[in-house]
Amino acid sequence: MEAKEYKTIKTEIRLPYELAYGATWTRFFEGLKNKTIFGTKCTKCGRILVPARSFCPRCFVDTDEWVEVSQVGTLIAWCYTNYKYFGMPTEPPFIGSLIRLNGTDVNFLHLMGGFDLNNFDEVKKIIKSGMKVEAVWSDDRKGHIMDIKYFRPL
Amino acid sequence: MGRPVAIIGVGQTKHGRRMDVSYPDLVREAVVAVFNETGLTPNDIDGVVSGTMPSMMEGIALTHFYFADAMQAAGKPIMKTETCGSTGVSIAHTAYYWVASGMADLVLAVGHEKMNEGNSQATMTTVAEPFYQRYFISGAPGVFSMQSQMWMDRYNIPEEKIRDAAAFISVTHHDDAFDNPYAHIKMKVTMDEVKNARIITYPVRLLDVCPNSDGACAVIFASKDMVKKLGRKPAWVKGVGYRGEEYFFGDSDKVVWESAIQAAKQAYDQAGIKDPRKELDVAEVYNPFTFQEMLFYECFGFCEPGESPDMVLKGTFTRKGELPCDPSGGTLCTNPIGATGLIRVAEAALQVMGKAGDHQVPKAKLALSHAMGGVDQFNGIMILGSKL
Ligand SMILES: [Zn+2]
Repeated sequence: MEAKEYKTIKTEIRLPYELAYGATWTRFFEGLKNKTIFGTKCTKCGRILVPARSFCPRCFVDTDEWVEVSQVGTLIAWCYTNYKYFGMPTEPPFIGSLIRLNGTDVNFLHLMGGFDLNNFDEVKKIIKSGMKVEAVWSDDRKGHIMDIKYFRPL
Repeated sequence: MGRPVAIIGVGQTKHGRRMDVSYPDLVREAVVAVFNETGLTPNDIDGVVSGTMPSMMEGIALTHFYFADAMQAAGKPIMKTETCGSTGVSIAHTAYYWVASGMADLVLAVGHEKMNEGNSQATMTTVAEPFYQRYFISGAPGVFSMQSQMWMDRYNIPEEKIRDAAAFISVTHHDDAFDNPYAHIKMKVTMDEVKNARIITYPVRLLDVCPNSDGACAVIFASKDMVKKLGRKPAWVKGVGYRGEEYFFGDSDKVVWESAIQAAKQAYDQAGIKDPRKELDVAEVYNPFTFQEMLFYECFGFCEPGESPDMVLKGTFTRKGELPCDPSGGTLCTNPIGATGLIRVAEAALQVMGKAGDHQVPKAKLALSHAMGGVDQFNGIMILGSKL
């Protein structure tokens, strides 16, 4: 299969989108702007869901009880990412992480950081599942998930 | 389960980097293969099911229209099924439902992908919404790496043992692929090479990961009447199972992984399987990542939770082991995503029909096929047997 013999065509598709946050995401992101993390509590199963949800995915009831949740939590799992693909929204190397914020009932997905990420052997000495972590805020907050810069080890 | 349904023939392309053919010609290669194998013609087919990854992968939307001629679908009912990585098993399920319901006697199922023409991980990332999860997912490997770590922690499995078992899986599957004429990656690897390969998303290294493949697979599903009429040795569908999960990755447990557990249970219940490791003769488990394959063994009841690395290192799941898994080399060596799940089904069918050639598991009578898709979101199973 000698691909070189055959021609190819290079093409690209670019489509603009404007996606609605709706009331719940809007309020959640406004919270981030003010250095607060909001969840919503399901009155049926009692779980505190973060990010805030408009409804509980399990009970299918509206979740309109807002709770400001802790900015401290436990690192549940992490993934040191050391490769890159087209349109990757976060510059590698980075550490995608599942964090259980204190008092909440689901894992919050974000980044670990605050130390040199370039040498994996060094990273591995610092980062351990089960460690306590804390949110670090960006100075330039826009009402976006990256208003939290990352979580740092405590 | 509706009417009895069987697979009566399968066709595959040579999988790999296939820039020698256009996408419709690649699809046609698999379709021609299944017609040659069965002696059927497009006129015999009552309906066509096809599927791919999300359209961002293809660069062309509505591929069942694009491939209508290659699949000889004009003038017939046609349906597209798309569930990311599990697309291939979903295509098989859709074809199965169509025949089981009595709406059709012969259905052509076609799965296809040209991974080398697009960008697989950029496509995977679009499966996550851009409000929240997309920034952290880092494609499929990122998700599976986090899942592997949670599994390791849950059962206190020493990291070194898991690393060894994953390397063992990589070595044996790469060896197996040499006996599969359609497989993409055919190379010898050693335990040391796997364990020292470049980190992609820790703990996943380069040789723990499937390739980007181009390929297509076509399978014909038939009613019992049609099996009798054609007089072919079939692979009977003994059970099907499929489950999805909640959307957000952090919301549900990915170690006691309910979609995988329940999809298998549904299929086992239909097939009357109580002890899968003893009763199954072979399994084609969707294994784009070595670590995840072990988690599937546990979710499917091949062994107890936390036990799979030991079983792997004992050789339980090798070609000569108690339950051979992925004797084709599996997804680890060949991954044209929209076709991959259907290749698992086709390989399981070939095994119980006794037509798997050099990678035939002797006297295989009952086989499991599986695929997984999304951000750990979907799991689908189809069990095939030599007897109705
Ligand atoms: Zn609830």
